[in-house]
Amino acid sequence: MLNGNSLAQIGKQQFSGLLRYMAMLALALLVFALVLLIFGKNPAQAYADIFSSTIGSAYGLSEVLVKVIPLVLCALAVLLPARIGLVNVGGEGQLYMGALLATWGALAVGDSLPAVIGIPLMIILGFVGGGLWAAIPAFLRAKGWLNETISTLLLNYVAVLWVNFFVFGPFKDPESANFPQSVLFADSVRLPFIGSSRVHFGLVLGLIALVVLYFVLKKTRWGYEMRAIGGNPEAARRHGLPITRYILVTMFIAGGLAGLAGMGEVMAIQGRLRPGFSPGYGYMGFLISWLALHNPLGVVVMSFLIAIIALGGDTLQITQGMPFSSVNVLMSLILFIVLGKFFNNMSFGWPKWEAK
Amino acid sequence: MLTQVQAPTNLATPLLEARGLVKQFGDLRANDNVNIAIYPGEVHAILGENGAGKSTLMKMLYGFYQPTAGQIFLNGQPMIINSPQDGRRLGIGMVFQNFTLIPALTVIENVALFLPDLRAVFSQKEIEQRIKEASAKYDLRVDPRATVGELSMGEQQKVEILKIILAGAKVLIFDEPTSVLAPHEVGGLFQVFNKLRADGYAILFITHKMPEVMAVADRITVLRRGRVVETMPVAGATETELVTMLLGSAPPEAARITQFKDTTGQTPLLIFDRITVPDEQTKIGLKEVSFQVFPGEIVGVAGVSGNGQQTLIEAALGLRPHTAGTIHLMGENVANWPVEKKLQAGLGCIPEDPLLMGAIPGMRVYENMILGEQHQYADQGGLSMNWKRVRDKATQFLNSTFISSAPRLEVMVETLSGGNLQRVIIAREVGRQPKLLIAYYVARGLDISNAEAARRLLLKHREQGMGILLISEDLDELFALSDRLLVMHHGHIVGTFRPQETTAHDVGILMTGGTITHA
Repeated sequence: MLNGNSLAQIGKQQFSGLLRYMAMLALALLVFALVLLIFGKNPAQAYADIFSSTIGSAYGLSEVLVKVIPLVLCALAVLLPARIGLVNVGGEGQLYMGALLATWGALAVGDSLPAVIGIPLMIILGFVGGGLWAAIPAFLRAKGWLNETISTLLLNYVAVLWVNFFVFGPFKDPESANFPQSVLFADSVRLPFIGSSRVHFGLVLGLIALVVLYFVLKKTRWGYEMRAIGGNPEAARRHGLPITRYILVTMFIAGGLAGLAGMGEVMAIQGRLRPGFSPGYGYMGFLISWLALHNPLGVVVMSFLIAIIALGGDTLQITQGMPFSSVNVLMSLILFIVLGKFFNNMSFGWPKWEAK
Repeated sequence: MLTQVQAPTNLATPLLEARGLVKQFGDLRANDNVNIAIYPGEVHAILGENGAGKSTLMKMLYGFYQPTAGQIFLNGQPMIINSPQDGRRLGIGMVFQNFTLIPALTVIENVALFLPDLRAVFSQKEIEQRIKEASAKYDLRVDPRATVGELSMGEQQKVEILKIILAGAKVLIFDEPTSVLAPHEVGGLFQVFNKLRADGYAILFITHKMPEVMAVADRITVLRRGRVVETMPVAGATETELVTMLLGSAPPEAARITQFKDTTGQTPLLIFDRITVPDEQTKIGLKEVSFQVFPGEIVGVAGVSGNGQQTLIEAALGLRPHTAGTIHLMGENVANWPVEKKLQAGLGCIPEDPLLMGAIPGMRVYENMILGEQHQYADQGGLSMNWKRVRDKATQFLNSTFISSAPRLEVMVETLSGGNLQRVIIAREVGRQPKLLIAYYVARGLDISNAEAARRLLLKHREQGMGILLISEDLDELFALSDRLLVMHHGHIVGTFRPQETTAHDVGILMTGGTITHA
């Protein structure tokens, strides 16, 4: 009692950082184990299955990477606007629109272009598609007409409907009977795979985006100005920082990154446009960025974690007969436990973000 | 047997007492052997310059910090106060400069949250009743059902006081309580102090405003460099004596203009020509406001806060459009200039609210020092920030503008005290040496020596040709520093004077909407 407070403080410091964070994860896994038990499954077996089907094998690991690609891009699409205080919930819609514009380009050029032109073209179209879609809420926000949180979210549903319209209509493969999908894209516009795995060129795009963003945020005047705007828009305005320009540009780039994720899915993994090709990468990216406290390095770690859990959902379906949605329970548990804690201590384990 | 008779021992036993308190932070001894006793039914003022250790002492008394050495007694019993929760349980309540209320909740809900005996299911009616009783008893009138976010700062302060009283506090600690109040609200707060005192509460309040001490305090304790200089009754002391004790030397002579500028033939730095700015909310805005600021002169703007001063700044910066009139800056019509261009042309501004308008709280001092000028510190085509040059510049700004020790460069601005924050803003805005400086409340949060240093700084730059528009409610300051004086009321300029041509009394009448009948 006498020294209770100081002891508790020492304990807090000791238990801080990564350790504390790992404990929170373990807690989430423990609670999920209870859920599995209630359903009469063996949690130890389930976790062993998830492990061996993801990071426990070379193939599993490559499949994790396949999911990490869109997750990192979608998380960066949330992270960048968050730096200036914007909440972009529209990653999913931006992803769909990136895929849609790239599909339009791919169908338009067919196999008329060599791959050295075709692939960069797809990348540009994917980026522009997502970017323009994000520019709509950005413009409305910059004008002070509409809050971007709600408009980006609602535009997700609109984007999905646009994709459906094209897949069921103009882009539909006439030979696919009633199956709503586009024709298979020509090889000259498809992103190359790495080795014999399904890991594709999107990984390089993701890495480039990560490094560039990290550098920009940490080292450049732009990063400084974004922190200023995010930190206190009123003071920024009074010191002449171009807030409107930042809203438009960051949202365009953010949308572009999510668009790249969508482009990668259709140009590499699927090879054609299908409705519902994303299992919610945009939303998972939102989750990741917030869990990582908008820290680029944290985004990488959290993307792996979420990719493993998402992939684990497939495993549970096959080996334990659990529905895929059961891993949503695990994801929400992690969200609950981690977010519940992180408001107490804003930097859990991640090195505190700072420009130097 | 239940008659409440004050036992005679209570008069001799302090409600709260500290003996030999020491607080060491690394190399810094923030408090050194501090002895202080607060008795029921007294208002005890703690005086000290910025950094004298007032806040550290308060934080130990209510349990936020643990003393390095020394002992705290409550009603004569030794106590260890481990946390603010502990302090609250023991009857020690604190009213901070930044309130701790939840804006989205009502007054009732905010008070209820703080009650130690709150049941899981509670009756809002009962709490409302308790609030009303305390409100009436201590002159703390607020609508219990109002949402806190919609209350004025003065009303929020009342809610804070109600909250800690109803939670059972007997010792009330106030950290610069008048700094958030408009001048006319200060009297009301002191009225509350008097009623609480009469009811046996002990009030400890931190301030560096001497007139407040003279008006309300029974005893004062003066702190200097972490030590108690003296504890003494206020009755019988003069303001000058107190200031001398506070500073450790005779008070500095107030800076004032000795020679007025002749501005004939010069080009004005700023011209407002019949500027009208509508304001839908307050209906005040600006109405046909015209004035000029010449190089090397200080134009004072007197007025009660909220009479268009904020709008005037926003119009000058170009943050708010005007519907009529023209503004010339450095001889050019700046109708469509963005803020950035005006700043580059040589405009600087010390805003009325430094934390809200002048600084990025989540950034460090040196990072804040270049806000608005970041282009100059970016190499490689204006991209890569050169933080070393930023630090050098920040050091130079801080050193060249103030006498006493500057806040450290690495400190997060959000953790700075009001005085230090103001010094950072002044160092930045004056250090850049704008041609024209608009300064609102330049002495906000500053202690006596720093406020005086800030005024001397303005005078020095005036000598060097800077034009300064000085907005203030402190008439002494305005009369000492202004070459010319404008009086604002309700968005109008209701008077223009040379300071020697008028009196504070007349300006006061104009400020409050009256007319001068003699003359």
